This record gives sequence, C-alpha cells and structure tokens, in this order.
Amino acid sequence: MEILVCVKRVPDTAENEIEVNSDGSGIETDDLVYSVNEWDNYAVEEAIQIRDDKGGSVTVVSVGDEESEEVVRREMAMGADHGLLLSDDAFEGSDGKGIAAILKTAVEKGSYDLILTGAQADDGAGQVGGMLAAMLDMPYASLVNTIEVIDDKKLKIGREIEGGNQEMSEIEMPCVLSIQTGINEPRYVGIRGIRKVASIDIPVHGPGDLGLAADTVGAAGAGVKCLDYFVPELGEGAEMLEGSTEEIVEKLIELLKAKGGLK
Amino acid sequence: METVLIPPANASFIGIATITFSWLIPLIGVVVFSYIMAMRIIPLLKAAPDLRWNRFGERFGKLIKIWLLQFRQPRYMLAGVLHIIIFIGFLILSIRSTSLVIIGISENFVFPGLGGGLGVVYSLLKDYAATAVLVACIIAMIRRGIIKPARYAVPERYGKDHTGEAVFVLCLIATLMISESLFEASTAAAQVQKGLHGELIAPLSLAWFFKLLLGGASISSLQAIHLSIYYIHDITFFFFMCFLPLGKHFHVITSIFNVFFMRIERGNVKPVQHGISDEQLDDLESFGVKNLTDFTWKHMLDFYSCADCGRCSDQCPANAVKRPLSPRFISIKGRDALFTSHPIYPLGAAFPESKPLMETVYDDDEIWSCTTCGACEQECPLGIEYIDKIVDLRRGMVDEGAVPQSLQKPLRALEKRGNPWGKMEKKRIEWTKDLAEESPVKVLGKKESAPTLYFVDSITSYDDRMQDIGRATAKVMTAAGEDFGILGKAEKDSGHEVRRFGEEMLFQDLRDKNTDAILNSGVEKIITADPHAFNALKNDYVEIPPVEHISQFILAKIKSGDLKLSANGSNGKVYTYHDPCYLGRHNDLYDEPRAVLDAIPGLKRVDMQKCRDRSFCCGGGGLMLFYEPEEEQRMGVLRVEMAAEAGADVIVTACPFCLVNMEDAIKVAGMEGKMEAIDLAELVVQHTDNNESASSE
Repeated sequence: MEILVCVKRVPDTAENEIEVNSDGSGIETDDLVYSVNEWDNYAVEEAIQIRDDKGGSVTVVSVGDEESEEVVRREMAMGADHGLLLSDDAFEGSDGKGIAAILKTAVEKGSYDLILTGAQADDGAGQVGGMLAAMLDMPYASLVNTIEVIDDKKLKIGREIEGGNQEMSEIEMPCVLSIQTGINEPRYVGIRGIRKVASIDIPVHGPGDLGLAADTVGAAGAGVKCLDYFVPELGEGAEMLEGSTEEIVEKLIELLKAKGGLK
Repeated sequence: METVLIPPANASFIGIATITFSWLIPLIGVVVFSYIMAMRIIPLLKAAPDLRWNRFGERFGKLIKIWLLQFRQPRYMLAGVLHIIIFIGFLILSIRSTSLVIIGISENFVFPGLGGGLGVVYSLLKDYAATAVLVACIIAMIRRGIIKPARYAVPERYGKDHTGEAVFVLCLIATLMISESLFEASTAAAQVQKGLHGELIAPLSLAWFFKLLLGGASISSLQAIHLSIYYIHDITFFFFMCFLPLGKHFHVITSIFNVFFMRIERGNVKPVQHGISDEQLDDLESFGVKNLTDFTWKHMLDFYSCADCGRCSDQCPANAVKRPLSPRFISIKGRDALFTSHPIYPLGAAFPESKPLMETVYDDDEIWSCTTCGACEQECPLGIEYIDKIVDLRRGMVDEGAVPQSLQKPLRALEKRGNPWGKMEKKRIEWTKDLAEESPVKVLGKKESAPTLYFVDSITSYDDRMQDIGRATAKVMTAAGEDFGILGKAEKDSGHEVRRFGEEMLFQDLRDKNTDAILNSGVEKIITADPHAFNALKNDYVEIPPVEHISQFILAKIKSGDLKLSANGSNGKVYTYHDPCYLGRHNDLYDEPRAVLDAIPGLKRVDMQKCRDRSFCCGGGGLMLFYEPEEEQRMGVLRVEMAAEAGADVIVTACPFCLVNMEDAIKVAGMEGKMEAIDLAELVVQHTDNNESASSE
C-alpha cells in the first residue's frame, strides 16, 4: 500500500512558553523550539505499522519553510521511506485552502492509496484534511482512532463519538483520513536514528515543480486572513486562583463544594 | 601395611575385574563433561567482546576476597556460613576425591606431597571437612525443604519452584561425603577386626562414627561395602561433575572465573561496544543488546554463574515494591535462554535461530523498572553484573524505538532544551534571583570567572522545591569563603539517566556540550550537590577538572575551620541519614555526610537498618521521575517507614531526587507532621555560625 502522510512543523507547546507578540500578529518566536505536530506523528506511526504489516511504502510530505525539512527527516528516522518538502516563498501566508491546494498537487504527482493527516495541529484549525479530500474528490473520514485493512480496496476505520462510544465505518480507497492521537504508541526517534538519515536527500518542490500558479496560494491566494492575536481579558464572573499549587487546589475544592459541584 | 580388604583396583564382580569400572566411569564422565562444557563455551565465543584481560592485581585481589575468602557470604549469616563450610570442604576434599578416583586404578596411589606427615594432617582435615560438609548439607536441606526462606520462592510468572534441584544437589553432595567416609571406615573397621593398627581416623568425624558402626560387621560384609561404596562414590562424583553445567550449580565451575573478571570500577557504564570509540559509533549497524549473542561473554558467564541464591532480588527495591523486575530472574532467564539456544541434546542438533530477547525472554516493563541503584551487584557473592545488562537492553530498545511514551517527552525535551521538563534555557538561573542580595551567584562567562564551578543540574535549577537545595548549597559555599560560579544557560542536564536509560547518543551530545562549557569557564574544580551529576561528571565525563560532592566540601571546610556549625535550632529531634545510591554504593561516600551531621553540636543521629552499602533506593532519579512503573507501592514509602522504625523524626538526604521521593512518600504514607525530610546542605545552612540569618531564627 502506498501511503502519504502530511506533517507540519509546529512550536512544541510542552517545551515553550507561548506568548503573543506585541503587535498581535503572532507569537514570540525568539526562544521557541519546534517539533513535528503531535497528531501527525501518530499518523506517521500508523502508516509505518500498516506498511510493515501489508507492504508498500510511506512518504512524508510537509508544506513549510526550509526548517520544515527537520521534521520530515525526523519522520524518516522513524521509518518513513521517502520525504518531500513543499517549500517556496510564494507559499508563505497560505490559508487552509492554500495548504490543501499545494498538497493536492503533490498527491497527484504520486500514486497513493491512502493519505493521512493529523486531526489538527497545535497551531492549526483542523481544516486541511477535509479540504484536501474534497479537492481530490476522495472519501474522507476524520478523527480516526483505529484502522484495519480489509483488502486492497477497503479499510475499516473507527472514530470516538460522544460519551466515549465508538463508531466503526468502512471506507474505500484511495481516501483521506485525519488521525486522532492515541491511535497507537508512536515509536521513539533517537539522535542515532536521525543521524542515520542525515545524508538522505529530501527533494524540495516549489510552485513551478508542482504546476501551481503562484497567485493561487500564499498570502496572495488566501481568502482567510488573520487579523489579531491577543490574550482575552479577565471577564465578569471569572476568578483567577492564585498561590502555590496546593493552595490553588485547596481553593478549587472549596469552590467546587460551595457551588455544589463536589459533595 | 597389609591389605585387609581387596581394593577396587584388584577386585572382581560377576567375573569382571572391577578395575574396568575404575577406568570406564571416569572415562565416560570426562568425555560427557567435556562435551557439555564445549557446548556451554560455544555461545561465549559468539558473544560481544568485553575487555577484562587487564588490571590483574586488582582482579586477584577480588578473587582472594570474594571467591576464596567468601567475603560477601556472611551478609546472609546462616546461608553464608553454610556456604563457606561447603565451599571450604569442597576445596579440601577435591584432593581426596581425585585421589580416590585414581586409587580405583592404582591402589597405592598417594597424592604428591601427601606421603608423610602432611598426609596425616590432611587425612584428619579431610575427615572433619567431610563431616562438616555433611552437617551443612543437612541443615541446608532443612532450610530449603522445610523452612523455605521467602527469597527462594519462584513467582508464578517465572515458572516452577527450584527447591527440587537444590535439594537433589545437596543429596549428591551428602552422598559423596558419606561414601568417602564409609570407604575409609570400612577399611579401618576391617583392620581393627584383624587386630591391626588401623588407619588414623579423626575422632568424632563421620568416618570415625562409621568405623564404630561397622565394628560388628563381618569381613565379607565390609568387603562388599568397601567395593560398592567406592563405585557409588565414583559414579556420584562423575555424575555430579556432568550435572554441574546443567543448572545453577554451574557456579561451582564458573565462579572462580566470574569473580576474577567481575566489575572493578563502579559508577560507570560499559561502552556501547568494547573497542569501539565514540567517533566510530555511527558506523555500528545496531545498538545495545537485542539478541542473546549481543551480550558480552562476561555477561553470558554471569548467566551461567548465577547460583539462584536470591540475594540480589531480596535487596532489589524494584522487587520490594512489586515492580515486574527481579534481578535473579534476569540471570535465570538469560541462562535458560542460553541453554535452549545451545542444546546439548540431541547430539549435533542445529542451534535454533535466535529471536529478539525483548519478545521472548524479557519484558519492556521489567527492563525499565530498574533504578540502577546497584544493590543487586553489591550483594552478589559471585560478582554478577546487572546495571550494564539493563543499560544494554535499554540501548537495544531505544534503537528499536520501543521507549515508553512517558519517557519520550522528557527525552525530546532534553534533546531540545537540555532539561527533561522542556523549560527555557534562560530560566536555568532563576533560582539564584532570591540570593541576589545575600550571596549573589556568579554566572561564569565572558564577564565573570571563578576557580570553582557549582554544577547545579536540571532538577535543582528548575524544580521549585529543589531550588532550595541550590540556594542552600550556594550559601554554604559562600559562608565557607569559596569563590564559585555557575554555568547558567550554558549548563545542560548532566545526562546521567539519559545514558542509563539507553539513549547513548543524546547523552554524548549533552556531555560534549557540558564539557565545552566547563572547559571554557576555566574552572579548576567542580562541586555539585546532586549525586547523579556527581557520578556523571566523575565517572562518565573525561578530561574535566576534579569533581567533589558538597558533603566532601563541607566536611573539609569544617575540618579546616572555615565553616563553623552550631546547635542553632536544635530541637531534640532524631536524625537519620539516607545514603543516596550514587553517593554511597557507586562512589563509596558513606562517612563524609555522616561526619558532617555528627559535627553539628547536639544533633542526635541514628542509622536505619538498611544503610550504607545496603541503603534502599528512594525510587530513582532523573528520567525515573517520569517513568510510570507498575508497582504496588512506592519505594520511598518503604524507605520512610524504615526511618520511622529506626526511631528517626528527620530523614537527611544529600540528593535532590531522594528529597523529592522522600517528601512525596511522607505525604503518601500520611506521615506529615511525624516525619520530615531535608537536604544535607539545607541542614548545614541552618546550623552555620557564619550565617547570620540562620542564627536569628
């Protein structure tokens, strides 16, 4: 089975203190460290497991700046067979539809049975997977937390629904799935693994290679434009508990008891 | 001396000269034994290299102390004394047994050198040896068969009980002792009956009793006993010899080698592969131990040598809290895997293809459960190693990506931020801010320099509570007049647990960055209050200035008079010192912290029952804080209970991880208000005369 996994390089929320920058156009990026988006990492692991079980190959693709090569390489160290970076100044400022359009051209240049994306990204809006499927005119299932290969044509997939219940569906390939965390336990990628793939060439494609008109993507082609980032102001009825962790916990318990949330 | 009974060399049995048996039994025995030994040696030849042909002086020292003098045996008194008796008995009787075998062929054989007076002395000695060994065997059988000490029990998941094998071998040994004595006694009894001056038999020995017992027997019965018991001895002797390499009694043969080649240095971890430099590591196909033959020959010899005595697991804190780890079974399962992968029967069978160890022999949780505290290695009377094997198995798992999710995050954070919490590098110095006025801490760099570096390490830099240790350490150093500084954001995690959790390349990366920062700072010596950092800098890093733990520094300053301790705030409480594994067992620093405590006027100190080299691990440091083991309770809780048992009100540690675990354990055990934990440096600050704020308390 030929599988393509779309991954994104994001600031790691666990290892950064995210602060909005002064003009509200984004976040402070000086001291940030980046990693592969957590959901995407689960998607790559899933793809590798399917490949190990059924054969075929796994390709990892990312749209982003040159630095995104780092995450593609990391996913190759994890076990993906090929990497592909879609990078160009013209791609900068793309909205979700723009990213999906870029990815679509990459999908069409290959021949994939299954396309996986993360359900969402730490800094994203969870929209690329669905748009990509629509552009490719492929069936799409979101928030997938289990995949079982039935045969060359069909997959059985699961999704958690309200109340922790499980919904199972059948989907025909080729298709696009957005993957939920917890679908598997992604393997560890050590420094040694990354060094092993350090010299592998990862092709970089721009609009020319992909046959995209530069003005259909990037800031120029974006229909959605971000206006402002800010930290919400403390509103009525909101109370910030202060003190040491223990004091906060104590106050919270008191409050919950007082309001009848705890008996 | 006139022969009163026909010796085995000249007798006949149903028309066959018995000398035939005297030849045949040893011949078959030696052939079978050689074949089995050859099969046992084959895996050792296929094993990974291990550089042990060195430091012969120290090795002979270990051999004499641990093997010959059985130094570790009395740590378990009854079992130890029994073993010493049997061990010394075996050494003494080995000459007698060899002689006996040859006597069956040549009746007048006398062991070279034992013809004269020495022979008489030896004869008495071996009579008593045989007697003592028999008595020891009987007591041992009662212990194993009836009393059944808990440490010999085999948990269900590890298979069947081993008592049968143990008692069977004790029976074999008893048979050897009885037959040897009876053989001698039958001759002596016959001599008495014929009115001859009998052979000298040690009074009150086994043979002596047998002689009395046989006093009334006829010469023909004595002759029958004499011959049959000889061959019973002969057959038992060679059967025993061939049986040894089939189970836990292999140690009778291998122990001398295993102890000779045992670990000499402590605190260190074996290189990924002996003979491969750090620069060549990238060329290695695979890392760590994944299959049996990835173990080094010494580690395989360890498997062969395990006597199943259970002392390692009895001391293992992971086993005590019912984590799925029992060091004893690391060895027993390894041995069984070696046996099945190189079967001695059927003859010439092809060796089965080796399967990944982590799927067939060991479990992931088992291998991640180890805190590398070293209690097992400290206890093993045979010099078996566990830490290096565990680390090698972890290296294999890391290489395969099989790392628990709970450890992946801290490892990634260490790679990116140099600390397991992923906190910002620039915040590494935040703990010093409260000290800015009182005793400012220099950050070594372009602007500031100092001869001494305080290596803080991650937990003391970032953890709210442990930052107190950092401040106390800085205050003590300032009070003692030490000119020191820290590396600030240039400092990375020491990587101590990163290496011990098998992520060697990340460790080397951290080590190289720290080494550069240390060398660039131009310091002449390093002080740290974190035993894990201490051990890493001392035993894992190379070519950096000498490293001292804060307890050594404090003691030296007390002795030189630079640091004066007072009874400030003495409260009549009873203190106990908990030995951190990486200070005590791995680096032999037991006395310094105690001497510091004893230098505080009026402080009352008791030791816990398990202390010094038997100290009980608090639960582990570094990455172990992140790992979520399966366990019934926390190690720290057991430790806090031990402190209460010793009558202590305060546990003094000298390690931030110990302090975290102890403080948590006090809460979990519901002993808040009854028990407290404090770091040595914090306690010293409270009692420093030079420190004004302390005296005003």
